[in-house]
This record gives sequence, C-alpha cells and structure tokens, in this order.
Amino acid sequence: MAGPNRAAFWAVWFITSLALIGWFSWELLGADDKTLFMPGPLADGHHQLADDCGVCHTDPLGGGEVLQEACIDCHGWERIKPLDSHPRGKFQDPRNAERLVNIDALHCVTCHTEHRPEITLADGLTQPRDLCFHCHKEIAEERPSHAGMDFMSCKNSGCHNFHDNRALYTDFLIKHLDEPATRKAALLPQRQLAQLLPELADYPHDRYPLQALSASVADAAAGHLGDAQLQRDWLETAHARSGVNCSACHQPLDDTGARQSWTDHPDQTACAQCHSTEVQAFGRGRHGMRLAAGLSPMTTDKSRLPMQSGVEGKQLGCTSCHAAHRFDTVTAAAESCLGCHADDHSLAWKDSPHGKLWQKQQAGDAPAGSGVSCAGCHLPREEQDVNDWMSRIVVQHNQSAVHSPNSKMIRPACLHCHGLEFSLDALADPELISRNFTGQPAGHVETMALAKKEQQRREEKREDQGHGDTSMFGF
Amino acid sequence: MKKCNPQMTGALVLLAACLTAPVSAAVEDTVSVKTMADALHLVMDSDRTVYTRLIVNRLAAQEKVIKASEHFKDDKALVLPAQMFRFGAEMVAKRSEKLPDVNFSYSLQSMWPVNKQNAPKTQAEKEGLKYVADNKGENYYTTETLGGQKYFTAVYADTGVAPVCVACHNAHPDSPRKDFKIGDVMGGVVIRIPLKS
Repeated sequence: MAGPNRAAFWAVWFITSLALIGWFSWELLGADDKTLFMPGPLADGHHQLADDCGVCHTDPLGGGEVLQEACIDCHGWERIKPLDSHPRGKFQDPRNAERLVNIDALHCVTCHTEHRPEITLADGLTQPRDLCFHCHKEIAEERPSHAGMDFMSCKNSGCHNFHDNRALYTDFLIKHLDEPATRKAALLPQRQLAQLLPELADYPHDRYPLQALSASVADAAAGHLGDAQLQRDWLETAHARSGVNCSACHQPLDDTGARQSWTDHPDQTACAQCHSTEVQAFGRGRHGMRLAAGLSPMTTDKSRLPMQSGVEGKQLGCTSCHAAHRFDTVTAAAESCLGCHADDHSLAWKDSPHGKLWQKQQAGDAPAGSGVSCAGCHLPREEQDVNDWMSRIVVQHNQSAVHSPNSKMIRPACLHCHGLEFSLDALADPELISRNFTGQPAGHVETMALAKKEQQRREEKREDQGHGDTSMFGF
Repeated sequence: MKKCNPQMTGALVLLAACLTAPVSAAVEDTVSVKTMADALHLVMDSDRTVYTRLIVNRLAAQEKVIKASEHFKDDKALVLPAQMFRFGAEMVAKRSEKLPDVNFSYSLQSMWPVNKQNAPKTQAEKEGLKYVADNKGENYYTTETLGGQKYFTAVYADTGVAPVCVACHNAHPDSPRKDFKIGDVMGGVVIRIPLKS
C-alpha cells in the first residue's frame, strides 16, 4: 500500500473508530433506551421494564449486590415469613455456609437469572433443577411417604413451592382433608374499607371528613364542573357519601399540605391519598410496575398476552379499570378486564360456572359474594395487615401476587368456595384452566393422599406413646 | 480451647487481666469474646425462660386461653418458644448486616430436634451439644472455620424450664425422643462471633 493510500486508510479507520466509540458511549451513558446492550430478552415478569435498564441495573458498574437490592426493592415485601418459607434470614446463619456453597440462597440471582429465555421455565423464571436436593436429601427419613420420589418432581403442581408454600404445607393439608369439591356456603369475602373507615388511623380524616356531599357543594374549579351525567356519577359513589369532593382528586394536597392546581386527569398519587394499600399493591403487579418505577404507564401493546383488537396503546392506571367519577367496582371486577384480555381463559369466563354465578349475583338472584368475577380470583379479597395493629379485607391489586405458581391463589380465592383437594386438582389441569373451569379436573394429584398417610402415621405414633391431651398445641 | 473448665477459665482470665492491667486502662474497657458470648446468652436464656413460663405455659397450659402453634398465624395462636428464639436470631442477622462492628449469630439446636433442620451440623455443634448434655452446668467453647471465616463458638445447654417444653416435645409426632422431664437438657444455644484471622 503506497504512502498516501495508507494514510487515507488509517484516517478512515481512526474516524470510524472514533465515531463508533462516540455512538456506543452515547447509547450507554446518554440515551434513555439502552436495549442495544441487552444480552437477551427479559422474562415475562420484567419485559415491561425493558426500555429502562436502570430500574434493575441501578449502578452501571455495580455487581450482584446492586441487582440483589433491585430484586428486594420490588419483591422484598413477599420475601419474609410467613409469605416465604425460605426467607433470606434462614440462610444467614454461618452454620449454613456449607449449604450456600451449593445454592447461594442469600442472592435471588442464584436461581433466577434474567435475559436467558433458553432456560426460562413456563412460569417465567429460571430455577436450578436440583434446588431441593442439597438441603432435603434425607426427606424420606422424615417423610416415609416421599421415599423414592424424584427430586425433579418437588415443584410439580400441588406439591411444593420454594417461597410461598402456605397452601401446601403438611399441617395445612391435613387440616383440609376430606373437604367437599364445593362448599355449601360458597361465598367470597366482602370488602371492609367503608365499614372500618372511621377506625383507620392512616386515612386522611382531617382532609376529607366523613360526611355526605350534595351537588350544591361540589367544589370543582370554574369551568370544570362537568355535565349532569358526570355529576350524577360522582353523587352515586362512595366518594360523595364520604366527603370526597372534586378537589380531593383534582387538586390533591402536596407534601406541604398546600392544594395543588387543578388537573383534569389525576394520576394514581391522588388515589393513594386514601387508597395507599391498593395503589402500592397495584405498583407491584404487571399493570402498575412501570408507574411504580417512574416510567410511563403500561400499555396494552406492550403486553405479551393476547389482547382485544381496538385497544392498542391503552394506558393502565387506576381509572383504566375504575372509570373516573363512577368508580364502579362491578365493572372493574370483570368488564374492565375483558375489555383488554382476549386469551382463551378470559374469553371462556362469561359462559363458565364462575361467570354464570357472577351474572346471577348481578341480576339480584344470588347473594353478594356468590358470583366469581375475574377479580374474585386474580385480585382476591384477602385479609391484610394494613398497619402494625390492624388487618382488614383488602382487594389485592397486585394481580401478579397470586398468579404464579397458581397454587398461590388457593388460600385467597379457591378455598372460599372449594375444598383443597378439588382446588389442587383443578389448578393442575391446564386444559380446564383454559376453559375457565368449565368441566371437571382430568387428573388427580397425589398430595392429599400423602397428607392422609402422614395423618395416619402421626396418629399411630401418638397412640404408641400414649400421650394424652395435646390440645394446647397446634398439632 | 475445648471443653473448658469454667473455674480454670475464670482464673486464666483474671490472671491475664492482672498481667495486662498496668499496660493501659483501656484493657478494662475490652470485653473478651467469651464474656461477650456469656453475656449474650444470659440475656437470650432469660428472655426465653420468661416467654416460655409467663406467656406460653401460663396461657396455653395453665389458663388454657390460647394454643401455641408452629402455624401461629393460621391457627391464631402463640408463637412457639423455639420460633420466638429463631425469629429474634433472624432479626439480629438482618439488623447486624448494617452494623459490621456488632457481628454475631446464634441458633437453637438439639440432638433430638422436632425440626430436622435444627440438628447439629458442624463438628463443633455436634461436640458442643453432646458436651453440655453430658456435663450439666458447663458450657462448651471452641473456635471453628466456616465458609473461610474463623469463629469463636460457644454452646450452652438449653433446658426444659416449664411443663409445656416437655409435654410438646414428648408428644410431637416428629420428636425423636419422648422421655424428657423438666430440668433435662433438651438442646443447646450456639453463639458464634467472627474472629479476625
């Protein structure tokens, strides 16, 4: 290569290299969208956050500890007893150091690796296949009924969950032996917010004293009162009956207690003034996780699930399901879901036994709680500790909390109406789930039979020892 | 430092204190790992005894107003004394993560555990639990290395202090021993303090 050509070659090489370095540096440090550097697609539970790597990778130079903090930041609330059978605290004792060599249970990423679709299981998680073996290899001595079982089967539907095992532990199974498939009194619990409102210390009683409001005292800003229908909608709600005027939502107070300027479209922060438990939970689920991370709202086109046509780009916030001013919980419990979701399970609901019960209830032909809406199972009404001294029935607005593994739905939803054995069988049948539980479970899981054996073993042991009154203990 | 005679150990500590006392008054402010472990155990054991006698035994066995259950949340019952102890240990582990100068861990174990996860695992635990069961009134001190970290490890006897202790362990279907009496050594408390190597 002659002199001038060589110089030109190096000049081009230098400029190209400089341009590439500049471009990559901008993409890495300056641009909002860093998907260029993503090593692989995200799992179902995180893909909504793909446009902001910083939600998890809070420090670009950080390692495992940074990721651990990110995991706990969102999932920490359910990684404690009794929600978690294997909380981190269980493994922090130095006596478990040997076990941690096999499975470092102190760190979420040991089992749950992201960006690895090739090893991600159907429930959206990666998980070591030999997870249980290292600590429970002598299980057959403790539970003779488990002799010969394959350790790969521990996680089978109806058997064990590593984290939330509350519907599957032995004493719970024994307590629920021999239950009918459907209970005589099959009713879902009723919400308690209105009933307990006067006792809720964290409710802003000073801002919104409990009193019925009329149209004449509506305090909308000039020109924002809305039409007659809108006013009627508001007057018919619990809001108007409970002292929640227009300004409460449209001009919420800021941190200093000052009234903010009027907004036509209040966001979830306005709702959180009185419904903080619900809004916080909403932010933990797939519907609200983008908002909780400070991103734009989740939209239907970002979903990986089948959606109805014509709803492309629909944003998800509180008023997406609870239409503003009416805040109709009946609509929110089913119609709002079906307005977007179009998978087989959702489409089959209307003609399913659950759906028919719901329609019967809405027609006034069946008591409250007898109908089963989408929310009845996916946003179940469960007793929650809302502060250190009080619990109440709350609608679980984190619909992901009971979704996977589906046995997490047993306690807050299924057991109100069905026996445990039937629930386990039904949830283990993907075809039945697809038909929205129209029909009977095709198979039968062995769990309750094992629990029965264990019950017999315990009774025989008690008789052998001749011990009398154990009523003071929970076994 | 294995199977220490407490009197001999005390004399050694006194001797060491006399030898080093003139060096600096700061020595008086220094607490040995053994003293620290003994003090921690005194608090743990006292709290554990109070909870077992005044809460669980009184309310579950004597006055029969509430059950005590492993599944206390589901059964709306009292937390078992062993769980009370473990939950405290787990909270200490969590809180001490942010206090590197206050670093210790503890656990309740037994050679006859209802929950098999509470059986002794390390050599020190196995030797220590046997020692305190065979030598009533004595403690067991040693050092051990776990996960590359050296620890001062102390084992103290855990005795049945109330009727509920023995009634539960004798009747529980998963209990490997059914002949406990009040005052028997039923297990041990293991306290570990990391040492600078």
